Amino acid sequence: MTAPERSVAAAEPRVTFVRPRKGAGPVEFEELWEFRELLYYLVWRTIKVRYKQTFLGASWAVLQPVLTVSVLSIFLGRLAHVPSGGVPYPLFAYAGLVVWTFFTSALTQSTQSIVEQQMMITRVYFPRILLPISGVLAATVDMLLSLPVLIGLMLWYGFPPARAVWSIPLFLILAAVAALGIGLWLSALNVRYRDVRYAIPFLIQLWFLSTPVMYPSSLLPNPWRIFYGINPMAGVVEGFRWGLLGTELHRGLVLVSIAIILLALVAGFHYFRRMEATFADVI
Amino acid sequence: MTKTYPLGQLRPNLSLKSTVTDAVAARFRAARPDGSTTGNELVHALRGVSMQVNRGEVLGIIGRNGAGKSTLLKILTRITAPTDGWAEIHGRVGSLIGVGTGFHPDLTGRENVYLNGAVLGMKKVEIDRRFDEIVSFAEIDRFLDTPVKRYSSGMYMRLAFAVAAHMEPEILLVDEVLAVGDAAFQRKCIGKMEGIAKESRAILFVSHNMAAVQSLCHRVIWLDEGRIVAEGNPREVIGEYFQKALVPLTESSWDEPSEAPGSAGVRLRRVCIHPVEGSAQDPITLETPFVVEIEYWNLKAGERFHLMLNVLNEQGVLIFKTAAAMGAAATNGARPVGLFRDVCQVPAHLMNAGVHRIELVIARDHANVEFRKEDVVVFEVLESDTPGPWLGNWTGAVRPVLEWSTEQVMDARIP
Repeated sequence: MTAPERSVAAAEPRVTFVRPRKGAGPVEFEELWEFRELLYYLVWRTIKVRYKQTFLGASWAVLQPVLTVSVLSIFLGRLAHVPSGGVPYPLFAYAGLVVWTFFTSALTQSTQSIVEQQMMITRVYFPRILLPISGVLAATVDMLLSLPVLIGLMLWYGFPPARAVWSIPLFLILAAVAALGIGLWLSALNVRYRDVRYAIPFLIQLWFLSTPVMYPSSLLPNPWRIFYGINPMAGVVEGFRWGLLGTELHRGLVLVSIAIILLALVAGFHYFRRMEATFADVI
Repeated sequence: MTKTYPLGQLRPNLSLKSTVTDAVAARFRAARPDGSTTGNELVHALRGVSMQVNRGEVLGIIGRNGAGKSTLLKILTRITAPTDGWAEIHGRVGSLIGVGTGFHPDLTGRENVYLNGAVLGMKKVEIDRRFDEIVSFAEIDRFLDTPVKRYSSGMYMRLAFAVAAHMEPEILLVDEVLAVGDAAFQRKCIGKMEGIAKESRAILFVSHNMAAVQSLCHRVIWLDEGRIVAEGNPREVIGEYFQKALVPLTESSWDEPSEAPGSAGVRLRRVCIHPVEGSAQDPITLETPFVVEIEYWNLKAGERFHLMLNVLNEQGVLIFKTAAAMGAAATNGARPVGLFRDVCQVPAHLMNAGVHRIELVIARDHANVEFRKEDVVVFEVLESDTPGPWLGNWTGAVRPVLEWSTEQVMDARIP
C-alpha cells in the first residue's frame, strides 16, 4: 500500500452501526459532545420563544418570586412570626425561593421536554437526553435573572454575604442535578403515561409545603432533623441559605440530601436510557 | 452477505449494508399502555430484509402503505431501533423525513434555518457557509426576518426542504417529500436529488410516485408485508408491482354515508367502471367505450363543487384529467341536499392497453380541493381480440386511432 492510498482510507467516512437496543447501556458522552451545538440551539429556542408576544418579557422570571415573597412576608413573616434564623424574613424567604423556583421550573421543563418535542422524536435522531438537559439549562437562565434581585435585597437590608459564599454555585448545581435526575425519570415515564403531566403541579405543591423554603428546618426536633434530608431539596435550600446568609446548617441533613440527589441522578439516567429506544414507537 | 474494502481502490465503496431481521417486531402500535403485547398483537413491519446500497446509487423502495418502507428508513435514521439484525452505515445519514423538524412558528426564517440545521445534525459553520444558497433555493429572501408563522404553507415547506436539501449527507433518505410545493419547486427538488446522486453519494428513495422512482432510481426494491418481493431494474420491478400488487378494482360501494370516504359535505356511495354496454365484470378492450360512474351524497345545501378524474397509467404517469365542469352538462350551481350520480364516458381508441388507475378529486375550483382519493378504480385495458397489422407492445401513454390518408402525389422516379 502506498502513502496516498492510506490517506484516502483514513478519510473514509464515519461508520455507524445500527443494532437492536436492549437495556440501558452506557451513556455515550462522546456523542453528547458531538451534539453540543444542538443542545445550545434547543436552549436558545426555549429562551427566545418563552417571552415572545408577552408585554413584560423576561421580567416575569423576576416578578414571580418577588410577588410570592411579598405575600409570604406579610402572612408568615409579619403575622405568623415564622422564625427566620436571624435573617430578615423577606431575605430569608427570597433566598429559598430563588433555589426552589429554579428547581421546579427545571423539573417541569425537563419532564415535559420529550412529549413536547414529539415531532423531533419521531422524525430525527439525536441523543434524546439532550431534551431534558436543555429543559434544565433553560431554567438556569431564568434563575440567573433572579439573582440580581437577591443581591439588591441584601444591600437593602445591609446584610453581608456569609463566609461560605463560595458554596453557592455548588448548591445551585445540586438543585440542577436534582431536577435533572427526577426530570429524566419523569420525562421517560411521561412518554408512556400522560398522567405525569397532571400529577406534576400537584406534586410540586406538596413538595413546596414540605421543603424549608418559607420556614427553617430547625422547626423539626433534633433527632428527626437528619431524616428531613430525604427530601433532597431540604438540603439544597438550607445549604444555599447557609452559604449566602450564614443561617445555621445541619450537616447530616445536607449530606443525606446530596446522597439522595446522586442516587436520583443515577436511577434517572438508567431508567431514561432503558426507555429511550422505544420513545419513537410509544409516544 | 459480506462486504470487503478492496485495498488500493481510490474511492472506497461507500456502503450501507443492512440486514434487518424481523425488525421492529414489537412496534407498540397495537400495544397496551404498559407496553406489553400479547402474542398475536405483534406487528411485523420488516421481516428479514437484507440489502446493500452503494455510493453513487439511487435505490428506490416501493410498496403499498404499511409494507415497511417507512420503518426501514426510521431504523436507518436511528429514530427507532431494530428488534433484530443490524445495519452498517458508512457516512453521515441525512433524512428528508426530518424536513421542518424543530421549526418554531414564533422564530424568524433565519433563526429557523439555524435551528433546523442543528436538529438535522449540521454544524453552525456548515450552515453559515450554505446560508445564502439555502435562502435562494427556498426563494424567501425578503421574508428572512419574518416569523415563519406568517409564512404561507408553500414558503414554509420550501424553506424546510431547502435546509434539508443542503445538509450534504453521504447518504440521503427521502420519503415522499416530493409532494411538497408547486410543480416548479418539485422539479427543482428532483434536480437537486439528481445532483446529489451524481456526486457519488447514496440515496434511498421511498415513494408512491412511480414516474419519479423510474426516472431517478438505478435500482428498485419492492417491499410487501415487510419482505422483499422483487429487486432489480426499475422498469421491470415497477411493471411487476403494478401487475401483481394492483388488484383490479372495478366497483366499490359504501352503504353508510357516515363511514364512506369523502369530505365533510360530500360522501361517496358507489364508484364503478364498466363498458358502455355491459357490467363491471365485463372486460374493457381497446375498442370498448366505457363509463366511470360515481354516486355520492351531498350533505350540505347550497354547496358548489364538481368532480374530477385523473387517469394514470402503469408507470404512474398522468394520462389525462377530466372534470365535470368542462362538459356541456356543467353543474356548477348551488346543489340541494341529496344523492347525485356523475357519469363520465371515455371513448374507445383513446387508452393504451395496460393497467390504469383513476384518482377522484372533488374540487370547488382549481385551487380548492375538497377531497381526493387515489385508486378509486383500478382496471386493465386489454389488447383487442381482432389482431391488427401490429403485434406486441404498442408504447405511448395513449393509443388513439387517428385519421391518416395516403395518396400518390407524383407518378415518377426521383428526377
